[in-house]
Amino acid sequence: MEQTITLQVQRYIPEQYPEPYFQSYEVPLRKKWVILDALNYIKDEIDGTLTYRWSCRMGVCGSCGMMVNDRPALTCATFLEEYAPGPVRITPLDYFGIIRDLVVNTDDFMGKLKRAQPWLITDEAKPLSEGAYKQTPQEKAEYEQYSMCINCMLCYSACPVVGLEPDFVGPAAIALAQRYNYDSRDEGEDQRNEELTGEGGIYSCTLVGECSEVCPKAVDPAGAIQRYKATGAVEWWQSVLMPWKGKS
Amino acid sequence: MAAKKHNDPFWWTLFGAGGTLSAFLLPVHVALIGIAIPLGWLEAPGYESLRSLVEHPITRIYLFVLISLSLFHWAHRFRYTLYDGLMLKHLESYIMVFCYGGALAGTIITAILVITF
Ligand code: SF4
Ligand code: FES
Repeated sequence: MEQTITLQVQRYIPEQYPEPYFQSYEVPLRKKWVILDALNYIKDEIDGTLTYRWSCRMGVCGSCGMMVNDRPALTCATFLEEYAPGPVRITPLDYFGIIRDLVVNTDDFMGKLKRAQPWLITDEAKPLSEGAYKQTPQEKAEYEQYSMCINCMLCYSACPVVGLEPDFVGPAAIALAQRYNYDSRDEGEDQRNEELTGEGGIYSCTLVGECSEVCPKAVDPAGAIQRYKATGAVEWWQSVLMPWKGKS
Repeated sequence: MAAKKHNDPFWWTLFGAGGTLSAFLLPVHVALIGIAIPLGWLEAPGYESLRSLVEHPITRIYLFVLISLSLFHWAHRFRYTLYDGLMLKHLESYIMVFCYGGALAGTIITAILVITF
């Protein structure tokens, strides 16, 4: 007989039950199956009401993040076998509001992303006739690591400060701010600093480092935040000791 | 929604400097005075020579900087320990006065000691 493993999945169906509860499903323990395959098996073969997000099933879209045995993980990149003999607990990402079953509300995260202004900001747009904004491979390497972020939000669920301080802008947003701060074509650093060196910004981080541990794309948001803190400190001392220099 | 100007970069600078200094230098002090000399691996310097070392202006400055920055490192870390560990963020202003005030008091006492020693 085929070996099986039990998945304890957190359900939340607000129009039927006011509180989340757990439901157990027995699924085949197949080699090469990831957690997402097991969830898809449940949905297709056992219980079509189970709700969760996924899209690419190859670690690119960032939508399949869940807590697997209380640790944030991309379910399409986490092998089921690692959890044998089970049971495996699947719950929605920590610190987010739950919409239904394993689907969390991303509104708060979207707002935080916006605070980081992760897009190219230039003082004056170059007219088309002047051609493209050129960049050397070295200049690209400066920010490339931070550009790998897929907005999976695992780092938010891993960060205790996110849980304690609702205003904290959070790891990915700061890493993405650095993605643009270190881009040779960008001129938006002052704008971002203003938002991110204040309340709920980079200094709320206490360097727990879990964000970098769970990041599936090796973005190292913790490192990005530390670098940002140092930049912010230099700026602060400059504004105090050399106020005449002002903002560039 | 621009955030208000914050003094966190200032406290963080003291925290970072204090952390770096104490992490590198305090183990050396502990190893020398706490382990190597009591165990007889090194000859004890003797009261007179140690005193003249400490009386040297550079040593005075060194001790002042080391002690003061270490205190500010403690203050910042303890502030966040109280916030996050004990969930006391709502007492923010009292905690800041207690932590940084404590470090400042320690700094003043250190200053008096290294000057009058
Ligand atoms: S930094 Fe890493 S963990 Fe955080 S959202 Fe981006 S890819 Fe996900
Ligand atoms: S399904 Fe796209 S990252 Fe997992």
